[in-house]
Formats: sequence, structure tokens, C-alpha cells
Amino acid sequence: MAVDLLIVVGKALAVVVVLMGLCAYTVLAERKVSSWIQNRVGPNRTTLPVIGAIPVLGPMLTRLGLFQPMADGLKFLFKEDILPGHVNKVYYMLAPVIALVPALLTVSVVPFGQYVDADGVTRPLILANLDIGILFIFAISSLGVYAIILAGWAANSKYPFLGGVRASAQMISYELAMGLSVLPVFLWINTPGAPATLSLVAVVDAQAGAWFVLLMPLSALIFLISIFAETNRAPFDMPESESELVGGFHTEYSSFKFGLFFVAEYAHMIVGSAILVLLFFGGWHPLPWLTLADLGLAGGVLGGVLSTLVFLAKTLLVVFFFIWVRWTVPRFRYDQVMRIGWRMLLPLAIANLIAYVLFLAWWVTR
Amino acid sequence: MVDFFFYLFSAFTLACGLLVVLSRNPVNAAVFLILTLLGVASLFVMLQAYLLAAVQVLVYAGAVVVLFLFIIMLLDVPESARKRFKPAVALAAGLSGLVLILGVGLLVSGAETAGPEAPAAGVGADLKAYGEYLFTSYLLPLQVTGFLLLIAMIGVILLSRKPSAAADKEPAEAKTR
Repeated sequence: MAVDLLIVVGKALAVVVVLMGLCAYTVLAERKVSSWIQNRVGPNRTTLPVIGAIPVLGPMLTRLGLFQPMADGLKFLFKEDILPGHVNKVYYMLAPVIALVPALLTVSVVPFGQYVDADGVTRPLILANLDIGILFIFAISSLGVYAIILAGWAANSKYPFLGGVRASAQMISYELAMGLSVLPVFLWINTPGAPATLSLVAVVDAQAGAWFVLLMPLSALIFLISIFAETNRAPFDMPESESELVGGFHTEYSSFKFGLFFVAEYAHMIVGSAILVLLFFGGWHPLPWLTLADLGLAGGVLGGVLSTLVFLAKTLLVVFFFIWVRWTVPRFRYDQVMRIGWRMLLPLAIANLIAYVLFLAWWVTR
Repeated sequence: MVDFFFYLFSAFTLACGLLVVLSRNPVNAAVFLILTLLGVASLFVMLQAYLLAAVQVLVYAGAVVVLFLFIIMLLDVPESARKRFKPAVALAAGLSGLVLILGVGLLVSGAETAGPEAPAAGVGADLKAYGEYLFTSYLLPLQVTGFLLLIAMIGVILLSRKPSAAADKEPAEAKTR
């Protein structure tokens, strides 16, 4: 009992540590990619005493900026923590925590690989294999909006307030299109007669042949756009658009509290990318119509490591896409954001759903 | 263990529900409403109705109360002074409370059953069985709820329609208003 509990806690800690590490290095990737896009060099000075002194490797790592995240992390910890006098203290302190909790909670139901154990049973690598996986993720991530609203309101000043109001309207608008866009996927995997499931593992298993992005490209596109809006990434970064709102909802935050918002944003982005990969890009299958089992590599520890690596690589590619878009596309105006959400994505998602309902009804009864 | 968690979550839900009503600051009330809804969701989990729990969090805590907070913040509703209850309101509240307690008492004592063929415990865990119940035994309540929501939506559209649009079409009627 106690040992089981320790193993579970250890697994959870490992996943969270990996996620946090990914967040830190995604921040670095963001800085590096943005500087390459803008013909700059990016962070290339921070170094560690011993590793940085290794003849060839040290300078290379330094130039890639691989030590920068440690410096950034320390900076968040040690900068002066300002508590403005005009804020509502309880909610002001609570908001960054509320921002991080959903971001870390959703990762618990994200499967990140699978292996075939000694008995020949395929087991997914996942913290909690819930049957309602996707609903759990939607439910928990929908709570993340409170962090932004409460931060905007508690800061008790104009710009954060506008940011908070924008965020709540934007996130509710795009939740609908996001939910509707994944329904065809679950209609597809739930054939009559079989037990019903909303599990992400089942979605990946169903993509051993064609990936769902090939079967339902419109769903994938709508989901991708909605994820951009839900994670407040450019071109949908209305809530914190720095050219009009200073910093949006986190204008009044400094030091570690700002750091929590910052990490939460990147964690949301990574989890969002992971879900996109699971739903539409074949999860841990290396190529369409090609699984690790086909290659004979699915067994034991090797299978687990390889599938996790394939899945991580795909996720990081999507994260790169997020960064790429941010430094390429200008920000939408707020009325444009609302128009895209309500007048374009939502009707499109409904039409897409109806089309797949009709198609699957015909397909099943044919 | 299960009993302990049931009492824990029930107490949490009831306490937060009370605080929703008693908070004078509307933002506090909304935040306690979120906690109440999360408490109800955890009770659903205890009943193995995972789908209901997720939907409860997704729809109510994740969307509906966001709109509440949105409106409260947008209108900047001030902290209200504690008002005395009007006698009529107090009477109505007391009566409904009594009826509720009576109903729960009857259910617990076993004098009345919950309704026509109560589904077996844990049916909410099975998505397919849940969907089947929704579209067979409970089709009428589902349809009625949908109809109510449609009425509410039409009402909102009608009420929020700009008067100027109406004035363009029927100028004579607009003047008399």
C-alpha cells in the first residue's frame, strides 16, 4: 500500500518535472526562434563554470543558450516581489496558483507512450487512464480562465481589468468550437456494439492506420485555431497584448508570481500541443500506416522509450509551430477575434460535425 | 473511507453553498459558487458518475460562472449592505425549505421511491448505458429541458434586441413607446 503510493507519487513527480523542464526550454526555444526569425542571435552568453569550460562542447552549449533557463528561473525567484497597495490581496495571491494548478493537472490524463509487457498486453504510459480523458482535460483546463479573470480584477487597475475581461470572453467563445471540433473523432472511434469510450488511448489506437488529420482535416484545423485562442498565444494574445494593454492581466505582477503565470502559459501550450498530437497526428505512431509494433519495436522498455520519444518529438514540433506563428503573424483586433470565433469557427465546426454524423451513419448502415 | 469522503465533500459543498448566499461581496459569492459546483462534481465522482462530474465542471464551473464573474466585474456591483428579509420572502423560503426537508426525509425513510425504475448504481460510469437512459427512459425530461433552454434563448434575443432596429421598421410604434 505504502510502496504503491510512493510509486504513484514518484511517477506524478517525474511527469511534472519533465513538464516543467519542457516549459523552461520552450521559453528558451521561444527566445532563440524569435531571434533567428528576426535576424538576431538570441541568448548566447550564460554559462556554467565547469561544463562551460569543456573545450568544444562548452562554448557550443553556451552559444545555443542551454544554460539560460537556469538563470531565468533564478531571476524569477530572487527578483523583488512587489505587492501593490491597491490590490485585493487574497485574489491577487491566489490567481497565479490557480493559473498553474489546471495546467499541471491536465497532464495527468495525457498518455505519452505505450509498451508491450511480458504477457503480450499493450499498456499505455499514463498517470491516470480515465475513460473520460478528453472531457476531464476540457473540464480542468476550462478552470484556468479564473486565474486570468481574478488576476485582472484583483489588480484593481485599468489595463489588467481589460485583459481579464477580454480573456473570459475569448476563452468561452473558443471553448465551443474546440469541443465541437473533437466530436467527429469520438464518433469515429465509437462504433456501435463496442463499449463507449472518450479515452485518448483509444483515439491513438484507432490511428494505427490513417491519422485523423487525414480523415478529418477540417476538425484538426478548427481544433488547432481554438487551441491558439484557448492558450492565449499570438495571434490570439488579446488578454496580454503588450502594445495596447502593457502586460494585460499580469501587468501588476512581478517576480515569482509572474513566473507562475509564465510557466502556466507554456505548460498550457505544451499540453495543448500534446492533445493535438494525440487526437489528430497519431500520438506515438511514427508515421501513418506504420506503428512501432509493425517495426517490431513495441516490446518492453525499448517500446516505451521509443513511443515516448516519437510522441515528444511530435509535440515539440507543434510547439515550434506555436512559436513560429507567434513571430510571423500579427495580432488580431478584438472584434476580429470575436468574429472568427462566433461567425466562422462555430458554424464551421457545427457543419463539420453534421457532415461527419451523416457520413458515419451512412458508413455504419451501408 | 467512502463514508468519510462523502461527509467531507458534502460538508464542503454545503458550507460553500451557504457562503454564496451570505457573502456580501458579489465576487466572493461567485467564487464560492465555483467551489460549490466543484463540491457537487466531487459528489458525482463518489457516485461513479464521472461523465456528469466532468460535464458539471466543464459547463457550470468552467463556463456559466465565468459569465457571472464577467458581468459582476463589468458592472462593478458594489458590496451590498446586509438587508433584512421581507416577510413574504422569508415565508416562501421557509416553506420551500420545509418541503425539501420533507421530500428528502420521505426518500431516506423509504416511503417513496425515486421515480420510475431508478437506474442501477454506477450506471453513470458506463457512457453507453448513460446515453441509452438519456434517450429512452429520460427522453421527455431531456426534451423539456431543451425546450426551456430554447425559450430562454429566444427571450434573451428578444430582450437584447436594439430598440433602434425596431424603430427603423415600425417608426409609428416606436414613437408611442
